[in-house]
Amino acid sequence: MAQPKNFGFGEDEKMLRDTAQKFLKDNASVDKLHKLVAGNPDPYRAIESHWDKSIWDKIVEMGWTTVAVPESAGGMGMNLTALAALAEEVGRAALPSPFIATVNATLVVRECDGAVAEQLLGEIAEGKAMTLAGINKLGSWKSSDTDVTAKGDGDVVLNGTAYFVQDVAKSETLIVRAKSSKGVGLYTVAVDADGVNIVADSIIDLTRDQAHIQFNNVKVSSAQVIASGNGGAEAMDKAEPAILTVVAADMVGAGEWQLQTTVEYVNTREQFGHTLGYFQAVKHPVVNMMIMIDQAKSLVYNAACAIDDEPESAMKFARMANAMGSDVASFCSNRAIQFHGGIGFTWECYLHLYTKRQKHNQVMYGDSKYQRAKLAELLMGPVAA
Amino acid sequence: MSAASRKESPEQAEFRVHCRQWLSENTPEKATVRLPESPVEIMTNEQMDYLRSWQKSAYEGGLIGCDYPKSQGGGGMTNCQPIANQEMQAAGVPMLPNVIGLGMGAPTIHYHAQDALKERLLPLLFSAENIWCQGFSEPGAGSDLANVQTFAEKVGDKWVINGHKVWTSLAHFADWMIILVRTDKEDKHNGLSYFVVPIKAALGKGVTVRPLIKITGETGFNEVLFDNLEITDDYRLDEVGNGWKVAMTTLLHERGAGQLVTPSAGRGVVKKESAGDAYSLMGLAKEFARDGKLASDDPVIREEIMKAIIRQEGSKQDARRSRVSSLCDHPMRLPLQTKLLMTEIRQDYAALALEIQGPASSLYLGDDNAPSAGAWPLAYMNSYGMTIAAGASEVQRNILGERILGLAKSK
Ligand SMILES: Cc1cc2nc3c(=O)[nH]c(=O)nc-3n(C[C@H](O)[C@H](O)[C@H](O)COP(=O)(O)OP(=O)(O)OC[C@H]3O[C@@H](n4cnc5c(N)ncnc54)[C@H](O)[C@@H]3O)c2cc1C
Repeated sequence: MAQPKNFGFGEDEKMLRDTAQKFLKDNASVDKLHKLVAGNPDPYRAIESHWDKSIWDKIVEMGWTTVAVPESAGGMGMNLTALAALAEEVGRAALPSPFIATVNATLVVRECDGAVAEQLLGEIAEGKAMTLAGINKLGSWKSSDTDVTAKGDGDVVLNGTAYFVQDVAKSETLIVRAKSSKGVGLYTVAVDADGVNIVADSIIDLTRDQAHIQFNNVKVSSAQVIASGNGGAEAMDKAEPAILTVVAADMVGAGEWQLQTTVEYVNTREQFGHTLGYFQAVKHPVVNMMIMIDQAKSLVYNAACAIDDEPESAMKFARMANAMGSDVASFCSNRAIQFHGGIGFTWECYLHLYTKRQKHNQVMYGDSKYQRAKLAELLMGPVAA
Repeated sequence: MSAASRKESPEQAEFRVHCRQWLSENTPEKATVRLPESPVEIMTNEQMDYLRSWQKSAYEGGLIGCDYPKSQGGGGMTNCQPIANQEMQAAGVPMLPNVIGLGMGAPTIHYHAQDALKERLLPLLFSAENIWCQGFSEPGAGSDLANVQTFAEKVGDKWVINGHKVWTSLAHFADWMIILVRTDKEDKHNGLSYFVVPIKAALGKGVTVRPLIKITGETGFNEVLFDNLEITDDYRLDEVGNGWKVAMTTLLHERGAGQLVTPSAGRGVVKKESAGDAYSLMGLAKEFARDGKLASDDPVIREEIMKAIIRQEGSKQDARRSRVSSLCDHPMRLPLQTKLLMTEIRQDYAALALEIQGPASSLYLGDDNAPSAGAWPLAYMNSYGMTIAAGASEVQRNILGERILGLAKSK
């Protein structure tokens, strides 16, 4: 299948993106963000999740959570390009919300058939926040690796711990990956179900919350089985290109904020009788930030478009997009802080909010070296033993 | 808008069919001479004759100058040159030799010359009956192009030119030169004017062309000396004193950021004797060993190849996105990156190719055992021409920083 030249980014997608951009600009400024999440700098502070629920309610009202939900389940069923554009705006605002977690859950659930999946997608379309759970203690990025086990036929009992679960404090429902003798299945569990013990993590990123979740004999009825057998791992694998693309889009949006903020600073701050941007040791790396962001952005829209229109290449292009996105995240964070000098090293300066979000994005779904290694497997075959 | 950008216009679709048809019936005969990597390393008459006759036939087939008005020898179409380029590249035909004319001369003449001059010069440029060169750089004016000192003095109704141009690609074959000269010594930027000069006709009569030898051992660029060369005023482009403005049109197109897309057949298909693109490194890595196993099984080499491929793909997608205005903040943000990215990426993967080849990368063009007939070492060395010519990478970064990001102008 061939991709449309415009990445599938037409009038509808543009309108959605422009509305999102304006909404976040008006309602989720970085000043507000800093006041909201950075009230207490103490690294040993009690763990708290700061977010503005009213913004999330508006997001739901505007229909962002329905974008990736198929029309048959009550969603808008828009293309991945629309979703990437939203994720880019969310990244630009470094928005604390369950949006990315819910989108990623949506992308996995929609790969599953059956009434349970259908029901969940309907709930997502109505605004219920959900998050994926199942990463093992070692932080493996492989879908089949999980420390949660599922035992029993029909009614199932979950045990074990899921690590690095995103934005649990903002979510109502867990989409849990658990392994049985038949493979990795997928189950829906309410955050407040009996036997679910959520232990919040103290994390660097102030724009998110994270937890590890202990499952102690959590009983799951057949109405909670989204995918049995190995269907959970299979759905994760199918959704992986989309998840990688969405996360890369978040990094691109955040990177663009880092670029623009740095440009503004080096265009104002003067030393040695010139604004900092006059000096090529500053100017050229700032240009390099822009070049990398642009490459990553182009790769993101290409990957998003491939998911809809060239599925046979989706994985390849998504790995490229995510690898470049991660490189953007690390390079832009690095240069942005450096070129702000001492002020860039302070808590009071807004940069750290983005640096920390970028760091989190880089490691949660496979860093750039991992993406390149997997891409090489795809293009060159496995390394001979 | 979205429907239009998804599909080709009827004109484009019809033209694509024509290109395919024409190319299938007019595949040029294989060259009997060894061809260089790119037109700016054409050294012999045999090479030039072969390529010139191919360009002439492609022009007659309607594949060159498609978007120029018919009165100027063009095809009178809209956005059809990219179609012809794609089809020529897919067909793996030879390169078009008159690159300076097609890429820089033609758009500059189109935008700035009098009608009579356009109608006279452009058809012969498109057909390669006239080869063109570009006389911008001088010993004292490289990156600082506005420092050009070659002087044109108005004597009666004639102009008399004196001065020294360097690095002039293709001047040894050229019939015509686009030239940037000084007409006022007092005003750096507004003291420049722009002409077309029939240099071949003046060889030995006011014009001397001397070949310069490149690091590869090849020729292809020259120095050109002007000693009281007289030309008429109708060879002037735009007004006296507007040379800098005209030169900006040339440079914009030279860097692939202009309105008119340059006719290009690419570099021909990836032959055994030519260097490939970043993707070709995957195959290359299967031909060489490292530490007792194939380079293609070395994780570090694999990682580097993937980096190169991702950057190359990123550039390709940048070009695609630059045509989707709703995904671009500033219309020139992507076009101004094209030249910089293309040349640096190529340089980096050529360097990687040499690493992959290991000891065999020491073998050069003249060695029978050289892998790919020495194409990768050649590509690596020639890559420096590309990161220096048409505005060095550092200058490109200045332009991007200043024009797109509004950073203070550095001297
Ligand atoms: C293969 C080849 C073909 C060419 N063909 C032509 C042709 O057909 N016609 C023509 O007119 N010219 C041609 N040129 C000349 C080319 O345009 C110049 O070489 C180029 O503009 C650089 O000028 P320069 O060589 O004088 O280097 P300089 O201007 O002396 O610069 C040397 C180096 O200094 C650095 N530098 C310079 N200025 C700055 C700055 N402001 N900021 C930061 N760094 C800077 C860059 O790294 C640059 O490479 C060709 C060159 C090559 C290599």
